[in-house]
Amino acid sequence: MTHFLQRLGHTTLSSFAKLGRGSFFLIQILSACLSVFLRPKLLIKQLYSVGVLSFLIITISGLFVGMVLGLQGFYILSDFGAEETLGIMVAASLVRELGPVVSALLFAGRAGSALTAEIGLMKATEQLSGMEMMAIDPIKRIIAPRFLAGFISMPLLSALFSSIGVLGGHMIGVGVLGVDDGSYWAQMQAGLDFQDDIINGIIKSIVFGFAISWISLFEGYDTIPTSEGVSRATTRTVVNSAFTILGLDFILTALMFGDI
Amino acid sequence: MQNTKTQDTLVGLFVACGIAALFFMAMQISNLSAFSNNKTYTITANFENSGGLKVKSPVSVAGVRIGRVSNISINKDSYESVVEMLIEAQYNLPDDTSASIFTAGLLGEQYISLEPGGSEDFMQQGGMIDITQSAIVLEEVIGQFLFDKAAEE
Amino acid sequence: MTYKKIIDAMENGVNSDTEIVSIQNLSFSRGDRKIFNGISLNIPRGKITAIMGPSGTGKTTLLKLIGGQLYPDQGSVTVDNHNVHQLKRADLYTLRKRMGMLFQSGALLTDLTVFDNVALPLKEHTALSNSMIRSLVLLKLQAVGLRGARDLMPNELSGGMARRVALARAIALDPMMIMYDEPFTGQDPISLGILVKLIKELNNALGLTSIIVSHDVEETLTIADYIYVLSDGKVAGQGTPEQISNSDSEWVQQFIKGNSDGPVHFHYPATDYHKDLFEI
Repeated sequence: MTHFLQRLGHTTLSSFAKLGRGSFFLIQILSACLSVFLRPKLLIKQLYSVGVLSFLIITISGLFVGMVLGLQGFYILSDFGAEETLGIMVAASLVRELGPVVSALLFAGRAGSALTAEIGLMKATEQLSGMEMMAIDPIKRIIAPRFLAGFISMPLLSALFSSIGVLGGHMIGVGVLGVDDGSYWAQMQAGLDFQDDIINGIIKSIVFGFAISWISLFEGYDTIPTSEGVSRATTRTVVNSAFTILGLDFILTALMFGDI
Repeated sequence: MQNTKTQDTLVGLFVACGIAALFFMAMQISNLSAFSNNKTYTITANFENSGGLKVKSPVSVAGVRIGRVSNISINKDSYESVVEMLIEAQYNLPDDTSASIFTAGLLGEQYISLEPGGSEDFMQQGGMIDITQSAIVLEEVIGQFLFDKAAEE
Repeated sequence: MTYKKIIDAMENGVNSDTEIVSIQNLSFSRGDRKIFNGISLNIPRGKITAIMGPSGTGKTTLLKLIGGQLYPDQGSVTVDNHNVHQLKRADLYTLRKRMGMLFQSGALLTDLTVFDNVALPLKEHTALSNSMIRSLVLLKLQAVGLRGARDLMPNELSGGMARRVALARAIALDPMMIMYDEPFTGQDPISLGILVKLIKELNNALGLTSIIVSHDVEETLTIADYIYVLSDGKVAGQGTPEQISNSDSEWVQQFIKGNSDGPVHFHYPATDYHKDLFEI
């Protein structure tokens, strides 16, 4: 019994310690961000590996999600004779929730885990130590560009996801199932408010991008420098990012949409 | 490194696509194009019962939207619902215009429909609509129907 | 400036003209384990000093303490008259630029070519033109014999070649001292020979101070000018290679000769053998 309590206490304390280390790490990154803008080459390279290489998975997933929404939505709405509202149904689901959340989850899985593995391996092969001994700050040179790249890419990818999803819904709804093209767009435009829906969706994806970049970079930086340690860190990134995204999504949704 | 040129171009394309998607969302998906920075003026109307009317509900004349509800409050003395509306400046309304609350379609979003009167003077900023018709409350209609039914017998 | 040097020397008891690194009464623990227990040693300028001892005695930790990556629990580390752990971050970075370090695995950046790896410290810390940097990089690579390999990626290099590239990178900024972390471990005889030759030549040609951390007795004894043998967090023996070979200490003799039994026992502490075997 006492053993269990000891374990619980130890886990709680070490979680707090980790949170503390992570926060300190975040402050270091944020103060290094300014210097990244003086060296755009590093940022562009990271935007490529984080953003451009996620483009394909996000676009294809967005297309399929939009198409499924169109299909399922049509069947349910036709029970109420409300097929013409398919447009706003697809768009609202995507812009408010599915766009930011699903693209964040995919991003965490693809780019987040890659970042953790990369940084973890750099730690294991002493590249980070080596840089420090050469008086080059690894936070400025390695970590901060990747953080900014994730932070910038996330809203862009989320917008892509939502847009392609809406087009996918259009393809199925209007193209295959016979919903009226004009109603699809008109109902959507009347029903979605720029400030309430689109801006909120973008704010969500920015928050998610911040969280995912922070978690994946910290897990890599903090990992035990063995191959087992790195693999566990990668798993933790995906799991912790998923929990954080869904938790933040609930909080943000309650804050943003709760008052209407 | 030959890679850098291709990399840079792809990153540029990626960012451009992302921004294009944002634009698409703003223009095509939302009501941004309709909700421009036009000048508006405020008028008020008092209703006995404003029903399911909400802030941002549309205000239309002959089915064409010319403004939105900006505020709904209660008059402390008369216990009436005070509805403020923002009307786009390009539309002039005679000052004997009447306002009614109707329900749009089956799914029940309520809106204010304005019927212009015949006056030659126009409503100004802060003007008040005198003639109003409240929202239809379903229970009252049923109650009225039952009452009429009972009265017949 | 000279006044400060004198005061520093008086405070730290350091004769800065002949000692480049001075470690006074250093204690360091990792968790519960006491790795260093009040250890003191001096590294003379311009010479090759070796720090030896069995695996796990914290030799790499000592290098990290000298470089300021780890902080001691007690005691001080002075490098070229600066107390490493009292320096502000910017000053520490300036000091590090004058120290080169060769890691066990080379620690090259895997996404840059050999050329870019060696050029990295020059690009980061100097404002030299690209053509000047190119000349310097080629010079350094020539010194380690790898000028022709400059466009290879680190994963295309053998272990020995990677270390030589790392060495070229470590001397890129012409440091005043280089620290070698287990340079001889796991190398084939030819690579070993090349490394030994390079370390000695660089030390003499460039007037460097070299600190070698190793447990390879044979190679180290051939090139070191002075040796410290560490054990159990303390200095178990020190001296020139001859003095160490003829040392009175049993422990040092076991280490040098590589005897399987002696002060460091062969058997891990266990209960009586007979009892254990016939225990039912």
